[in-house]
Amino acid sequence: MSLQPLTGIWWKKVDSSEKVWVGIALVWCLILFAMMPLWHLKGGQNPSFNTFRTTPDAFLKKVEAFVEAGPKVAEDKGLPVIAPDPQKEVYMLGRLWQWYPALKLKKGQTYRLHLSSMDLVHGFSLFPLNLNFMVLPGYEYVLTITPTTTGEVFVVCNEFCGIGHHQMVGKITVE
Amino acid sequence: MEAVFRTCAQTGLKIHNQAERLIKVHAVAGVFAILFGGIAAVLVLLTRWPAVHLLDPTSFYRALTFHGINMLIFWIIFFEIAVLYFAGPIVLSCRLAWPRLGWAGFGLMVAGSLLINTAILAGRADVMMTSYAPLQAVSYFYLGWILFAVGALIGVCNFFATLVVARAERTYEGSIPLVTFGAATAAIIAVFTLAHGAIIYIPTWLWSLGIISYIDPGIYRLVWWGLGHASQQINVATMVTIWYLLATLTVGATPVNEKVCRSAFVLYILFINLASAHHLLVDPQLSPAWKIWNTSYGMYLAVLASMIHGMTVPASIEVAQRRKGLTKGLFEWLAKAPWGNPGFAGMALSLVLFGFIGGITGVTFGAEQINIISHNTLRITGHFHATVVAGTTIAFMALTYYVLPLIFRRYVISQKLATLQIYLFAIGMTIFIGGMTTAGSYAIPRRHWDVQFATSQFQPPVEAAAFLFLGIMGVGGLFALAGGALYVVLTVGTVLFGRRVPDTPGAVPLAALPQDKGQHVPISGTLVLVFVFLASFIIYYFLNWKWLADIWLVK
Ligand SMILES: [Cu+2]
Repeated sequence: MSLQPLTGIWWKKVDSSEKVWVGIALVWCLILFAMMPLWHLKGGQNPSFNTFRTTPDAFLKKVEAFVEAGPKVAEDKGLPVIAPDPQKEVYMLGRLWQWYPALKLKKGQTYRLHLSSMDLVHGFSLFPLNLNFMVLPGYEYVLTITPTTTGEVFVVCNEFCGIGHHQMVGKITVE
Repeated sequence: MEAVFRTCAQTGLKIHNQAERLIKVHAVAGVFAILFGGIAAVLVLLTRWPAVHLLDPTSFYRALTFHGINMLIFWIIFFEIAVLYFAGPIVLSCRLAWPRLGWAGFGLMVAGSLLINTAILAGRADVMMTSYAPLQAVSYFYLGWILFAVGALIGVCNFFATLVVARAERTYEGSIPLVTFGAATAAIIAVFTLAHGAIIYIPTWLWSLGIISYIDPGIYRLVWWGLGHASQQINVATMVTIWYLLATLTVGATPVNEKVCRSAFVLYILFINLASAHHLLVDPQLSPAWKIWNTSYGMYLAVLASMIHGMTVPASIEVAQRRKGLTKGLFEWLAKAPWGNPGFAGMALSLVLFGFIGGITGVTFGAEQINIISHNTLRITGHFHATVVAGTTIAFMALTYYVLPLIFRRYVISQKLATLQIYLFAIGMTIFIGGMTTAGSYAIPRRHWDVQFATSQFQPPVEAAAFLFLGIMGVGGLFALAGGALYVVLTVGTVLFGRRVPDTPGAVPLAALPQDKGQHVPISGTLVLVFVFLASFIIYYFLNWKWLADIWLVK
């Protein structure tokens, strides 16, 4: 009775039925633990190891140089669309309330995508693909991504960043 | 202050009048919070339901901030402090250590919550519950957090001091009861949590006053989540404690083995605080090694603790029921349980919904890589509505139907409506959570005004199925809100108009205490149930890895 103090010797031997469950639960917990390092070795989807300290000004300069170098293949809703060489570094920044620039990538190619924020904390969510990362000011996060599908995906901000948060949608086209 | 006691005719417990009054005021404050949070919930739900889309963006984000803080913090923590005032002085039949300080703590909590709510309603704190720097709120918003945390900390320390008093004044023999042990677990976790709250909000407050010029957003997130998720572990420990308490009051539950139950609580104390790292799994500032170690909770030992409680609570019910002669087959004990008693129904539904939905989704989304396909989508809000609303809140509601007759000494105005309330809320929440979580798997973001992206730079096409599930979420949410409103009506109605409970033994039906004759009682029904649980867990976990393997490659 769980409302009464315990007197006498109450630390009795554990019943075998309880032991079975505790043992099986422990094994399951060890499997849960093992899955994360295993996926780093064998799986294709892992959070990145690559992060650098930066400042909004320094990162903006890199993004501008990246857009300048192009090639700019189009303009979409006022944003330059850059189709970068897979050998080069790719940049995208988040700011109130925009992802800049738009990108055009090739299926099956691997890109190093650098992300940072000019102001607040933003969430980088590829919609409707459902691939989500955080973008923090002062941190340059480098994701090595390989698109495996073609078509348009959108970069939805999924971290609240002020009243215009829901307007913050960017675009990546894959062909 | 002279301690004044009465003896409860129902339970035989000696009740210190100061402890009883503090339980009352904290519970009343909690009901106010759920009322405020519930009004905001109507507005948030009807905006997120695309077919209705009620509010404009500014009002929506304001209502969402208000809803989150009132529900997740004020309602739950006020109620938890009330549970501590019960599990300490009342269960141990001793005096409350510091009555005056208890009132000071309550005053600080009320002052803090009023400051925070004022800041939000005045439109000076549209920052969500997480208030991630560098997004800034008005300075008295942060001051409110500090006052609230200090007030709650006083309540927690009062509980510890009362344990010392009870020991020194020998109000009990032997070891403290399991309910007090569970409450002590929650209280220890609360100290860690509230300390984190103070550590993060003091510099943030100074920053909002212009005294400190910069808060690193990565470090803010790291320390903040020491408060943000650890506070949910106070809820888990309190909720499990309430499961044991209600199982005792309703069917006279007897733990099969006290050592197992208590060891599981100790695992919570030792390991559960590391769980906070969940929220940082796709952050740039931390390494994968750090993330894996911390989310594995020291090899998932806190998950193990929950899985143990998930077996020991139903087992303690099965043992009590079988001792009453309900021994036919595997499940006669369960089928003939008092399902018409809101205390029992609420406890059982809380256990099942927390375990099957909240627990399984939480552990799965907490895997470093699976977090990539769930982070900041509606899958996360679906998960924590299953833990905190379908789990903790239903447990609190069920306990209320015993707090009213035993502490407020009023009969609940309608026991039938109380039972209906629990089922309505639980079924509504289940539908709501199913719709919300599934919509999240279509990448629908949380904290987002408009999933149709009507006013954004680009308009991503949204799959029809996502709208369907958002509609299901809307319908379920309305049922749950009706259940929540009925809870407020029943509690307020009972406090104001309920018939008084006479001071005669047996006036409030409580389960007869079972005679523990030491004979072995099988728990075969419970074992079947826990293996069904494990199978569901394994299936859902590996399905998520399969879904993850289908997205772009990323590293
Ligand atoms: Cu944003």
